[in-house]
Amino acid sequence: MKENINSKQYSNSRQKEPKSAKIQTRIFKYSTLIGLGIFALIILYPLFWMLISSFKSYEEIYSDVWNLPGTWNFSNYTLAWEQGIQNYFINSLYVTGFAILITVTIGSMAAFTLSRYRNRWIDIALLFIIGGLMMNPQVALIPLFEILTFFNLIDTRWALILTYVAYRLPLTIILIRAFFLTVPKELSESALLDGCSEFGIYRRIYLPLSIPVVVTTVILNAFFAWNEFLFATVFINSSDLKTIPSGLMVFRDALRTDWGVLLSGMVIASIPMIILLIFLQKYLVRGLAEGSVKG
Amino acid sequence: MKKKFPLTPILFLLPSVFFLAVFIYIPLVQNFYNSFFDFNVFSNSKEFVGLAQIQKLFQDDVVMVSIMNNFKYAIISVIFQIFFALILASILEDKLFRKVAPTLRVIYFIPVMISISVIALLFSFIYNPQMGLLNSFLELVGLDTLTRPWLGNSTSAIYSVIAMSQWQSIGLITMLFIVAIQKIPNELYEAADIDGAGRIRKFFSVTLPQVKETMFVNLLITVTGSILVFNEPFILTNGGPGNSSMTLAVHMYQTGFSRDNMGYASTIATLTFLLSAIFALIQIKVSKTGKED
Repeated sequence: MKENINSKQYSNSRQKEPKSAKIQTRIFKYSTLIGLGIFALIILYPLFWMLISSFKSYEEIYSDVWNLPGTWNFSNYTLAWEQGIQNYFINSLYVTGFAILITVTIGSMAAFTLSRYRNRWIDIALLFIIGGLMMNPQVALIPLFEILTFFNLIDTRWALILTYVAYRLPLTIILIRAFFLTVPKELSESALLDGCSEFGIYRRIYLPLSIPVVVTTVILNAFFAWNEFLFATVFINSSDLKTIPSGLMVFRDALRTDWGVLLSGMVIASIPMIILLIFLQKYLVRGLAEGSVKG
Repeated sequence: MKKKFPLTPILFLLPSVFFLAVFIYIPLVQNFYNSFFDFNVFSNSKEFVGLAQIQKLFQDDVVMVSIMNNFKYAIISVIFQIFFALILASILEDKLFRKVAPTLRVIYFIPVMISISVIALLFSFIYNPQMGLLNSFLELVGLDTLTRPWLGNSTSAIYSVIAMSQWQSIGLITMLFIVAIQKIPNELYEAADIDGAGRIRKFFSVTLPQVKETMFVNLLITVTGSILVFNEPFILTNGGPGNSSMTLAVHMYQTGFSRDNMGYASTIATLTFLLSAIFALIQIKVSKTGKED
């Protein structure tokens, strides 16, 4: 009752002075817009600076920080590509590609079992996999180094692929399982009656129905594998085998003052992920949100 | 009655269980075990030293500096990435900014997508004492007195590293809050409108309680991330100058891989794990008690 009266008073007072309220809203709107704009500038300007400076010569970057390049040195890009980025780029593609393929394949298989059956063992397995989310690569670094040395995998691309798969599996399985749980039971039951095998149900029913969530996990894992730094630095020594994030460090040390070329390399390294963001924003955001909430 | 449990599902589960066991769980146990030994990369045998490494941990000044830096990281990150990001998210979801919000969302999110090594290299240009954007900007607006070698100064180094992290991650946390706000039923806001609630009132009585769960998750991500942080200080300062911007993970890396003292490095890793686990447990506990209210 009391609240009702109150609300009436509020709405009355609102109707009485619509003009000042309008002005207030307008002031709020424009001052906030200015704030948002400044923040956007703080985010964008360094990236814009990276892009324009990648066309400059060393002298120009050093002496004239703000201006556009006098001459646009596209040669910085060809130099960066030839002096190592090409190699790193291919290694990153290789590692990212295989890591995604293995993670999504065995992850969706595990998710299939975990969503279709329920008993004590399945619960334990589920707990085992969710627990994997809590473990952090930093803490396991030294034992992983020992294990990979034991398998003779140190300084190979597979050192990265296998560890990436392991650390990405928990999230991948949890996301795909959540989706598999929504697949109607009738579909698989009628398939079983038609003589379809378990593997057939997975291949022909569950996988085709789950394309959206598979796309989401592919993107999340691509994002992770393309940008991962710690393992890429510790497990790979030969500069021929380095991926882009760790390769850029080698690149910096080798180039010393060739800043334009270094900046071109940085731009090349960022392009694939920005394209991913622009075209697949919807899947990416959804995945990040679901992944973090369940983590 | 026992239900038939065919072989295929077990085979389906095996590869994943194998990967997790070999690359996640065994290393964790192994790390605890290593903490009691003295060894280096090429040594064939590990020498058992009991609690000596743990004793060393308490006498190591660098560990103290690192923990302080990790805490600074956590506190500043919580202020920016929880409070500021939540305000930013609710502004972007406000009807008033419907036209610009989608563009701004993507802009704020761009740094999240870029590799940390690119970001850190870019910021080493920004912080450069001679030609860096930051010092040039301060000179441009007449604040010459504030210019300094940001990464070369032992007081400002860690804050410069932390500032870069905020710049990169704020878009991610903002996006997570936006998704949470979008899930709030519209009726709640409509009801608040009828009650004549203003923007700030609506933020405190509708948005804030409704995104509580996301807030705890983000808090967890931010705090454990701060305790484990490695890439940013490693690339920008490598813990320097001196040990002024050292964090636990960088200290662990240097002890193990630069000074080749794997046993002690494992002890530091164990400490890091325990710290992050303790904070995670506290936060989960607090968030659970919050829910019962």
